Amino acid sequence: MTADVVTCATEHDSRGGPGQGPDEEFAWRSGTLLGRAIRTAARARCVARSRRAVAGLILLVLLFVLAFVGPLVSPWGWDDTDFAAFRQGPSVHHWMGTTQSGRDVFALTLRGMQKSLLIGLFVAVVSTGLAAAVGTAAGFAGGWLDRTLMWGVDLLLVLPSFLVIAVLAPQTAGTWPTLVPLLAAFLWMITARVVRAMTISLREREYVLAARFLGVRAPRVIVRHILPQLASLLVVDASVNVSVAILAESGLSALGLGVRPPDVSLGSLIADGQSGATAYPWPFGFAAGLLVLIVLAVNLLGDGLRDVLDPASGPRWTGGET
Amino acid sequence: MTVLEVTGLRVTYAPDVRAVRGVDFALGPGEVLGVVGESGSGKTALALAVMGLLPPDAQVAGSVRLRDEELLGRSDADLSRIRGKDLTMVFQDPLSALTPVYPVGDQIAETIQIHAGATRAAARARAVELLDLVGIPAAARRARAYPHEFSGGMRQRVMIAMAIANDPVAIVADEPTTALDMTIQAQVLEVLRVAKEATGAAIVLITHDLGVVAGFADRVMVMYAGRAVETGPVEEMYRRPRMPYTIGLMQSLPRIDGAVWTPAGGDPWRGGRMAPIESASPTASAAGSTGCSFRPRCPVAVLGCADGEPEPAVVGPSGHTAACVNTAATADPSDGLRPEEVVQDTALAVPLPEDPCNVEKPADPVPVRSYRNERPVVLYVDDLVRHHQLYRGRFFRRRAGTVHAVDGVGFDVRVGETLALVGESGCGKTTALMEILRLARPQRGRVAVLGQDTAELRSAGRKALRRDVQVVFQDPFTSLDPRMRVADILAEPLVTHGVPAFQIGGRVRELLELVGLEPGHAGRYPQGLSGGQRQRVGIARALALEPQLLLLDEPVAALDVSVQAGVMDLLEELRARIGLAYLFVSHDLAVVRRIAHRVAVMYLGRIVEIGAVDEVYDAPAHPYTRALLDAVPLPDPFLERRRLRTPLQGELPDPAAPPAGCRFRPRCPRYAGLTGDEGRLCDERDPEPQPIMTAMDRHVACHHPLAHPGADQ
Repeated sequence: MTADVVTCATEHDSRGGPGQGPDEEFAWRSGTLLGRAIRTAARARCVARSRRAVAGLILLVLLFVLAFVGPLVSPWGWDDTDFAAFRQGPSVHHWMGTTQSGRDVFALTLRGMQKSLLIGLFVAVVSTGLAAAVGTAAGFAGGWLDRTLMWGVDLLLVLPSFLVIAVLAPQTAGTWPTLVPLLAAFLWMITARVVRAMTISLREREYVLAARFLGVRAPRVIVRHILPQLASLLVVDASVNVSVAILAESGLSALGLGVRPPDVSLGSLIADGQSGATAYPWPFGFAAGLLVLIVLAVNLLGDGLRDVLDPASGPRWTGGET
Repeated sequence: MTVLEVTGLRVTYAPDVRAVRGVDFALGPGEVLGVVGESGSGKTALALAVMGLLPPDAQVAGSVRLRDEELLGRSDADLSRIRGKDLTMVFQDPLSALTPVYPVGDQIAETIQIHAGATRAAARARAVELLDLVGIPAAARRARAYPHEFSGGMRQRVMIAMAIANDPVAIVADEPTTALDMTIQAQVLEVLRVAKEATGAAIVLITHDLGVVAGFADRVMVMYAGRAVETGPVEEMYRRPRMPYTIGLMQSLPRIDGAVWTPAGGDPWRGGRMAPIESASPTASAAGSTGCSFRPRCPVAVLGCADGEPEPAVVGPSGHTAACVNTAATADPSDGLRPEEVVQDTALAVPLPEDPCNVEKPADPVPVRSYRNERPVVLYVDDLVRHHQLYRGRFFRRRAGTVHAVDGVGFDVRVGETLALVGESGCGKTTALMEILRLARPQRGRVAVLGQDTAELRSAGRKALRRDVQVVFQDPFTSLDPRMRVADILAEPLVTHGVPAFQIGGRVRELLELVGLEPGHAGRYPQGLSGGQRQRVGIARALALEPQLLLLDEPVAALDVSVQAGVMDLLEELRARIGLAYLFVSHDLAVVRRIAHRVAVMYLGRIVEIGAVDEVYDAPAHPYTRALLDAVPLPDPFLERRRLRTPLQGELPDPAAPPAGCRFRPRCPRYAGLTGDEGRLCDERDPEPQPIMTAMDRHVACHHPLAHPGADQ
């Protein structure tokens, strides 16, 4: 078995000629567990071939490591106060300086980043998953289910979401996990509509019809034949949602509605640091810089995954003329 | 005198796709050159090169001379003064070739204004004249209509009107009738003939259809892998082709008259036959290796074929040339060549398998009929109806009309037989197929598969029945999931119906073998397969569960002629071997003649005639069947030019408002010749299918069926 059992979508084989040994060998295992494991490993290798995805992934992992391992290394806790140092620049003692109340910026920023990272990823997964589920169900089933779901989508779309969250957020305990469903609940509707529209056109594709006429049940048709076609859209949507969620959380926190003091998030740090940013840029600069890095990493990963998943981005053999 | 002369034309697309590799031809005024080739043979690149419409990254070499003026190497602005005036083009898809936002009259007038400098009013008046010339009724009014208000055939007429607006010297027509129905194709070809006579222009007619060329062209050029492999006058080419590829094309072509093509002087193959292209199409880049590019498929290939690309050599009168080393093998022995001169090296020849079609189809229809009644019915359809409601309005949906897509269709299919549903697009044949496939209660009527009424099926029963009813779709490029490997595509039906995992691998291998694919294809994605291979995968998927009834929706319509033949042979063989029954939907009457036992002709949601294929084709009883058969061109210049035909006028009426009485009445050539009393019957009563005397299982829905050999006695 050679290493190259699965050809990446980005480099679809037009190399042709029957009897490609490894492929053949692979094919017979495709139904088995071993086959699946091989395929998953091979997919991972495909991702590895996309430089952007790799760069994004490495950056994201580094940011996670920084956020969760960093506080262990730092001599200061996020709620410690150093009465000997107010508004100081980076030094050996305080790696990113201190705030005007003497708190360590490094520890605070990492504390904020932990929450921002988790909120971003969870919100993205929940909202994109919801969009995919609702959109494909509505588009595939049509009829009353479609009308009901889309009515719900339209209803949520016309609600002023930021206002609703602003009203609801203080009612909840004010801990960050409650922000996840709140933010996710208002991020999925437009994607769901796009997914529904795409599903409706995919539903009429002959290979989808073929699967239905084979007797394959609707959920399986959706998972096997429709979702893979939407994968690139969903991946891009999820990566955008990570950024949107982090920014929304930052916005809410900046207004004092998200994470509440003395706890911090990247948003509240940016808001606090904003006023003195020109004279004293440390708290603002590091928080904002890390936020940019997170968004960049997620978008790189998303773009890379899209390239891997989308067969249209690779050369295709078509029999047609011109 | 030569008006259009092409010499040594080469087109190379970046990076190294040599689409056209040296083509020469010369056309006199009023002469028609038919360029024939399969997809990927470079015929469209040739057309675009002549027109100077190739993309900028394409490299063109050689010479294109129009009335002794060189066209290659001119600037686009310079060419624009010639294009549309002296040199015009008719495109394949008239919808995308017309600007959707301007009325067609203005678009025709525009070319006249630009090139002839006519005033706006004069140009418009001329546009109306031209529309009238190409047979658009009420031309003055229709000139103000937009392209979307025209049907495909009418749009193509508009394109032709535009092409002849400035009395061109030469017209390039790229597959002008490919997108059209048979009856419309016949009409458009007639218009093209009128256009040629009106302007005296030379025409380059590019097509994959040997039938179209036979009736229209003076000379024929066969292209293969970017080269003109054989050129000659049309009669000579069809009677005495010398390039093995041309002979193979002629042989693989299904014919409406059921005849098998034989060259003058008998069969030159001696048991050999062109292998269908099953690897990816031999585009010129792949053919870069030394030797004749046709060599891998050639049944008469000899050692000399590997020694470089053969140059065209004169093989017959009137400039008949063929680029083949071994033309001796294809020579007509009666031409004086002694058999000893023929190189006897047919080691590469593929032996022709015994045609199961002939085995299964007895020449005498009588035993079939008695036999037929004894065989069990696989599919029974009675009075099937599928109407689509049209609605208008966003908030208050009002019913705006009903499209009678399928309106009372009944037939049965028995074990081991093939019933073909034929008709023009929009006649409801595919809708009928999909209704059967749903296996649900129809809007009206009854569908029974293997004796089970679909209206009474429960969900589990329906799923179980799906094992026995499978479908093969038209387009092999959209019917396979592009993200699944062939092995997974074939495994899907097995997994769905609970075949144990350890059996799947073996079954997939079996299926691939059954449809003539290699085990190695299992690991590929559909994109890595050619059209014919994909269709074989589609067929294998349908066969995975060993069904008893296969519904085929135009399974060969998207394939090249040589590939078509292979797939049809496969279907025939499978039917005979496994005892399948086929319901075969097609618009191609020649394909139907070749593959079906019985045929049902549909018109506007109804079956107008049903019966055994040979009987219906030889003696059509319904005027529509007759008109359809007349519209199909025969790939035989001698017969084609002497056929008596009554081309069908007009187009398919709006299925939302079918005519009262007999639906075919407005287009019926027979209706026009009826007396008042006879005609009143057609006006008032919708004819029911009635058995006609000659055969038990033959029905015709016509008040005045055509004279029938059996009925006369």
